[in-house]
Amino acid sequence: MEGANVNKIDSLIDKAQYIRATVFKMICEGGGGHIPASLSIVEILVVLYYEVLNISPETISDPDRDRFILSKGHACAALYAVLANCGFIDKQWLSTFGKRGTILGGHPDMHKIPGVEATTGALGHGFPFGVGAALAGKMDGRKYRVIVLMGDGECQEGSVWEAAMFASAMALDNLCVIIDHNRLQAMDTLDNIVPISPLAEKWQAFGWQVNEVDGHDIAGLIEKFTALPFQANKPSLIIANTIKGKGVSFMEGVPIWHYRMPNGEEMAVACNELGIDPL
Amino acid sequence: MRNAYIEALYELAAEDGRVLALVADNGAIVYDKFRAAYPGRFINFGIAEANMISVAAGLASCGKIPFAYTIASFLTMRAFEQIRNDVCLQKMNVKLAGIGAGFVYSSLGPTHHATVDIAIMRTLPGMTVFCPSSPMEARKITKEAARIDGPVYIRLSVGGSPEIYEGGYEFITGKGVMLKHGGDAAIITTGGITTEALKAHDELKKRGINVQVINIHTIKPLDSEIIIAAAQMTGAIITVEEHSIIGGLGSAAAEVIAEAGVRTRFKRIGLKGVFAEGHGTYDDVKEQNGLSAADIVRETVECLNIKLPS
Repeated sequence: MEGANVNKIDSLIDKAQYIRATVFKMICEGGGGHIPASLSIVEILVVLYYEVLNISPETISDPDRDRFILSKGHACAALYAVLANCGFIDKQWLSTFGKRGTILGGHPDMHKIPGVEATTGALGHGFPFGVGAALAGKMDGRKYRVIVLMGDGECQEGSVWEAAMFASAMALDNLCVIIDHNRLQAMDTLDNIVPISPLAEKWQAFGWQVNEVDGHDIAGLIEKFTALPFQANKPSLIIANTIKGKGVSFMEGVPIWHYRMPNGEEMAVACNELGIDPL
Repeated sequence: MRNAYIEALYELAAEDGRVLALVADNGAIVYDKFRAAYPGRFINFGIAEANMISVAAGLASCGKIPFAYTIASFLTMRAFEQIRNDVCLQKMNVKLAGIGAGFVYSSLGPTHHATVDIAIMRTLPGMTVFCPSSPMEARKITKEAARIDGPVYIRLSVGGSPEIYEGGYEFITGKGVMLKHGGDAAIITTGGITTEALKAHDELKKRGINVQVINIHTIKPLDSEIIIAAAQMTGAIITVEEHSIIGGLGSAAAEVIAEAGVRTRFKRIGLKGVFAEGHGTYDDVKEQNGLSAADIVRETVECLNIKLPS
């Protein structure tokens, strides 16, 4: 059994590496996008789509499906790569990312892309939208869960805290929010702009049950998701400590790469690190 | 109007289990009957309008039909981006009911007046915009909103609005109602201020001026036909709205008349790009802001005196 688990985790690590390379390639070859924000959520998405979420290309309209909402919509390249790998969308579409005529824009569109549950982009919207989906599930006595992935910088939006208060007031234990805690926003570190720490204590104070995990540790992520809900009648929060730009050394933890494209030389270094042929 | 809305919502809830009543810390007493009958379908979000609208969109994504109700100025402006992105962009079946149309909240002042809500709501793709003029109309519109699959904004006065219709009438979305016939000018109006337009009609009649009064209960989609026909017939259009003259009914009417190439005199009555002034009763605030029947009479006469270039 242990051997099987090791194999499973190795396989997911391989998938994450493949997705990471795919994300880099599609953004660089496509119309540009948010590389580091996408790279920091790769393991989270891989674990969700391969191990956690009760969804498949055949059940995208099933009322009982789990809902995943990418509230930090600018990291959609990672979502597209995972959706393609899981068969929700055609893999060939990935090379059209951000280009004229594509359905895969720089923010995800629920009406164009199979498997996308919410059109996000403006921060602080996907989370409360997910709260609504979780509330509807409770009203109807359905078993599905709603999982929302949010940025840490996104927690600077006031709407996040309105929704946090409301979700705990409604005792939505079918709701889990993951915060991609990479400690960077567009311009600088959160600490240098408007700090949101202590993050865990803030969410606890808002009535959430909080757990922390290394957001790149596949086994650790599986363990946390398996433990959902962390407490009955409370929404669950997972603080996933991540590295923005994970996998590309010169981008890791460097704010300037938020929406910047690498030049030829940088591209070669990145491709080498990601184990892909030069673009 | 408010009570008519809530009564109609109560009936809709009985007919359709998907209908929900959402509020942001308002509706004491008036929602009691709804709350007693459907406790699980009445949700008070507290003082958090933006959250109410995003959550409403999420509820709608799972098949619910939320009717989100709060003070119109907060609903349409505090939560504007949520209405735009979460409701309209995602084509969610969410109904928005704003109470306190215009300056019906009189002495509470401009923070509580809704004087640009028509303008901003009608810019939103997919949004239907209703401004009922009476309790009966509010009732018909609420029922109609449930039949529309998509975002709807309903602009409501608070309580005590007089009924302007005698007997029943056929309500059709996007079709204006000719309340009074006349050939000298056409007063085109919407919402609660229609009562002042009707008083102005009576006063003008005494002076030998016969004006049409047209109630545009649906701002979007707009009944361009009735407006163009009125301009062609009378050559004098006066729009009256409890709203800024920038972007509201007057602007919408001007757009269709200009595009149709109709030659007409034209006057917009409403707030002239300012916040409403003054305190006192609702009637007091109407008077202090140029929206009493007497103001409409005066401006109509002035409009008729404009000489069109030949």
